[in-house]
Amino acid sequence: MAQVMTSRNRRRNAVNNVMLTLTGVCAVLTVSTLFLILSYLVYNGGKSLNLDFFTKLPLSPGQEGGGMANAILGSAEIVLFASLLGLPVGFLAGVYLAEFSPKRLGFLIRYTADLLNGVPSIVIGIFAWTVVVRPMHQFSALAGGFALSLMLIPITARGTEQFLLEVPRTMREGALALGAPMWVTIATVVVPAARKGIMTSMILGVARISGETAPLLFTALGNQFWSAGLNQPTASLPVMIFTHATAPYEDWHRQAWAAGLVLLGLVLVANISARMIVSRGASLPR
Amino acid sequence: MSTSPYMLPEKARHQDAPSHGLSINDMFPTAIPHSAGATTAVLQPLTAKMKTEHVNFYYGKFQALHDISLEFASNKVTALIGPSGCGKSTFLRTLNRINETLRDTRLEGSITLDGENILDKDVTEIRRRIGMVFQRPNPFPKSIYDNIIYGPKINGMLKGKNAAEIVEKSLRRAALWDEAKDKLHESAYALSGGQQQRLCIARALAVDPEMLLLDEPCSALDPIATAKIEDLLVGLKSQCTIVIVTHNMQQAARVADTTGFFLLGRLIEHAKTDIIFKNPSKKETEDYITGRFG
Repeated sequence: MAQVMTSRNRRRNAVNNVMLTLTGVCAVLTVSTLFLILSYLVYNGGKSLNLDFFTKLPLSPGQEGGGMANAILGSAEIVLFASLLGLPVGFLAGVYLAEFSPKRLGFLIRYTADLLNGVPSIVIGIFAWTVVVRPMHQFSALAGGFALSLMLIPITARGTEQFLLEVPRTMREGALALGAPMWVTIATVVVPAARKGIMTSMILGVARISGETAPLLFTALGNQFWSAGLNQPTASLPVMIFTHATAPYEDWHRQAWAAGLVLLGLVLVANISARMIVSRGASLPR
Repeated sequence: MSTSPYMLPEKARHQDAPSHGLSINDMFPTAIPHSAGATTAVLQPLTAKMKTEHVNFYYGKFQALHDISLEFASNKVTALIGPSGCGKSTFLRTLNRINETLRDTRLEGSITLDGENILDKDVTEIRRRIGMVFQRPNPFPKSIYDNIIYGPKINGMLKGKNAAEIVEKSLRRAALWDEAKDKLHESAYALSGGQQQRLCIARALAVDPEMLLLDEPCSALDPIATAKIEDLLVGLKSQCTIVIVTHNMQQAARVADTTGFFLLGRLIEHAKTDIIFKNPSKKETEDYITGRFG
């Protein structure tokens, strides 16, 4: 049973092979980018990464050692404040979008949220500077948190909406048919059913904003020392990376690499834990 | 508004009754005592638990129900049959006003429960009194126990009551106790499809509804699970009035006291089940029953 290879067949096979190779190469490129970045960071930053990095303040150029404890704490403060502000607002907006919004208004809100999501982060920073920093005459962790919360709100809102809409309508009707008012149905059946998805999108949102630099440049500013308070200029990892990497000192560059490694590590941990929450048993029947 | 329309004289009743639907008292002629020794001949007309009059229902501009007038006799099983898209499910879903939750819908006419218009009453109270079971089992993503206790909890019925007792009683009424008693705190999804559907019935019964609406409750189940649910329904009718939408004519014949036939959004005929199946008065009904369409 010899296969007759016509010229057309041969051409088809050739095209097939070329396309398969092309798509495969692109897939490998996509994946390898992450591993390249990661290994480069580990290679350059690993050397400066030690206990001191997490416990000590940065030193002046020329002095070996030191750490970024103030930036780690500052980032935590800023992201925490942004989460306290952005997660509830985004979550409730998502509930409104999924459950209550009339068609046109829903479209408008959804579209606005997507636009806000696409606003360049530097613009968010300028906005936060205008409405918080200037009236307070002060750079502060609060202003930084406010700027980041503006980025967190649309991410959380759209994520919440998406996972709420995945809860089947029959589940809502089951609760409504037992005499539950709409808000009780949402609070006791719909949101719990979508809990895992909502939590995942929240974690991813927080991970996303914790790496943002531009909104913090004009808001939290940065600080070489411990911050004197939430209403004072505060160091953060991304800004610290920026200032250290752009300074002309070799030892600062090494510290910047280490900070980059820590930041990427945190984001990776957040992403992986989010993935684990989702995969640990689907919460809904298929 | 008369609270008991069945007391109306014969003539008035016929004027009142739509041409396509018999009054339930016409279907079940009040029994005259056989024994001559009976001292009093007590005439006890059936009461209608629920009555719909001239119900029209619209999805947007589309009219899904046309002038449906129907009575549901207390403690009887009423089956609604008809081909897909005939409006029987839509009609069922107007009875506990769950269709209201869909956007852009409109209802005309009146629906009374014990003589009171349900459209004027608090919708959560109406839905507490009229339970519903859906086509596909829809347990909440909670434990079996929490599924049952959900209704009593949100309706504030747990005060001074033993929650565990309510759970056991409801599961027994739904004939699920023996299968579920050892895994009350496991996820409801650990149950089989048929068990899940009985769980949904138990969940509905836990708030002591006066009526139970079932929307093709067995269409996703195998014959054994179906038989269990049918037995259950026959046993439940002493406690509540049951309305069941079904595609399965044998099922209607097995469980229902009266059957209504729907076609293209209209109620063609409503009569005792054996009459519908043996001697329907409308040609459309006969065509459907004998399988000429649908």
